[in-house]
Amino acid sequence: MSNRKSRNQPPPMEPVAGNGLLDRRALLGRGIILAGTAAAGAASGLTSAAAEPLKNDPWSLEMGAVVPPYQVPSRFEKDVIRTRSNPNNEFRNSHARTPHHLLQGTVTPNGLFFTISHSGLPDIDPAQHKLVIHGLVKQPLVYTVESLSRYPMVTRMHFVECSGNSAPMFSSEPLQASAQALHGLCSNAEWTGVLLSTLLEETGIDPKAKWLLAEGADSLALHRSVPIKKALDDAMIALYQNGERIQPGNGYPMRLLLPGYQGNMNVKHVRRIKLIDQPAMSFYEAKTYSQILPDGKMWLFHFTQEVKSFITHPSFGQSLKGPGFYEISGIAYSGNGRISKVAVSADGGKSWAQAALQEPVNPKAFTRFRMPWRWDGQPVVLQSRAWDESGAVQPLRAEFVAARGQTEKPVTNPLAFPNQHYNSITSWGIDNTGGIKHVYA
Amino acid sequence: MCTRKPLLALVLAVAFAGTAAAETPGLGKPISEADIAAWNIEALPDGNGLPPGSGTPSQGAPIYAQKCAMCHGENGVNPARGYSPMVGPAKFDRIDTFKTVPYYKYATTLFDVIRRSMPYQMPKTLGNDEIYALSAYILSLNKIIGENEMMDAKTLPQVKMPNRDNFVIWAPDKI
Repeated sequence: MSNRKSRNQPPPMEPVAGNGLLDRRALLGRGIILAGTAAAGAASGLTSAAAEPLKNDPWSLEMGAVVPPYQVPSRFEKDVIRTRSNPNNEFRNSHARTPHHLLQGTVTPNGLFFTISHSGLPDIDPAQHKLVIHGLVKQPLVYTVESLSRYPMVTRMHFVECSGNSAPMFSSEPLQASAQALHGLCSNAEWTGVLLSTLLEETGIDPKAKWLLAEGADSLALHRSVPIKKALDDAMIALYQNGERIQPGNGYPMRLLLPGYQGNMNVKHVRRIKLIDQPAMSFYEAKTYSQILPDGKMWLFHFTQEVKSFITHPSFGQSLKGPGFYEISGIAYSGNGRISKVAVSADGGKSWAQAALQEPVNPKAFTRFRMPWRWDGQPVVLQSRAWDESGAVQPLRAEFVAARGQTEKPVTNPLAFPNQHYNSITSWGIDNTGGIKHVYA
Repeated sequence: MCTRKPLLALVLAVAFAGTAAAETPGLGKPISEADIAAWNIEALPDGNGLPPGSGTPSQGAPIYAQKCAMCHGENGVNPARGYSPMVGPAKFDRIDTFKTVPYYKYATTLFDVIRRSMPYQMPKTLGNDEIYALSAYILSLNKIIGENEMMDAKTLPQVKMPNRDNFVIWAPDKI
């Protein structure tokens, strides 16, 4: 750092797009430069008054609390929690949404990983749980948690997203809601498990098999059909989530992980995989996750979660504390593969600048993007737009609505699912007091 | 990979360490299809998996009234708050049209979801005749079948659902 040569000098902190977006290269490993810029800010009167004299607080003067066997966040973080749709466990499904606007980086902590459960959380004894693979195979086989634990494993970063994530944005008017309410049915973890192809190697595959159905041990025996092509590509029987056993709300003791495919297909508590010659047309693929299109047709088997991004900082629920430097950051991901580019606009899409992508950029996983920004205190509209390595680009809202439609009446319930697979851009409008609203632009 | 006999392959793998199959541990225990029967409950669109038994709409009506109506509403309409009706128009002209039974491409989906998931508080307690009767009753309420039509493993897959021809596969190359 101290021996930086002149050719490594950062670009000047000149705006690269409208309303104060700065060159992304100013951010990459160059904290000293930013500090210098902040000083320049002070000189131009944009920073606050001098700090108060320092003192010792009580926690610096006595021994602290006992160290717990399993630690949880500080009591001061009590508001960093999932929002739940069914806290009294009534006889219906339950959602718990990830607070993206309160998190950073790319890994969703296990306690905050989103859950949709259609019949509560089963209390599964891992010693009793079995996974059977049968149907159009040469030899049906039964596996246990213990036996799978002896198999060669892989560890991969992947997001899981409910295909109803962001569904309130089908509303004809922007619902005033946070990134948690709008986009909280998507989370990202490091998954460890056994490739399904390894197990299918052992059962053998009858050439007539074109699909498999995967079924859970939950009370609904939730099942989905998966093309054999996907099963042999990157499907995994996942046993671990961020290093520990999978959470009950995410499929304990094992789930089918289908990287990049809609969340519901990643069958939790998976107990049965049957190879079949036709799709099962299960309740969820035949109804819930089949979308009605504006022309009166319906899509079947829209499996891929397409390229998407949204800004988490700043976003609805936060406010800006006066003009000056801020880092815009957010999450981008695609079920097609790696994120290749994210652009950010501060003027509602009139001009765009390329954001920095936090390495490593994993396929079918969250990528954090960052963009330095100097806010001049005037109203702005912040947006992000992502591209992936397949060449797919996140559609602008007008493009998306033209193809997929929107509701006739505004959606007022953030828990509503007017349709599925919304992946257009999110716009945050910031007024001259620093207040943030959800807008369409 | 698709043609090898796995048990033989595992034996060979032990005998000839270094072959490709030696990479899989072979810890799955063989099981017969007969011993999977309790879990093997799906009904496929072509009727594969449908069990013996039968039922008519009039046989289904009292079962529905006793075990289904408290959530899904009497006669399939006016459900309890937060639950789905079982009857609705077969017209899906808005992107947020509520989907009821007429949305399904195949009638087997209805039978399957009752068999595996319903009644919600005590799933997998209905007999096969009851499931056929409930399927018949709900299809009849929607006027998809006649009031006296019997549903069984042969007739259920032949039911022509009203929305069947409106589906398109999103990306056939991914299947």
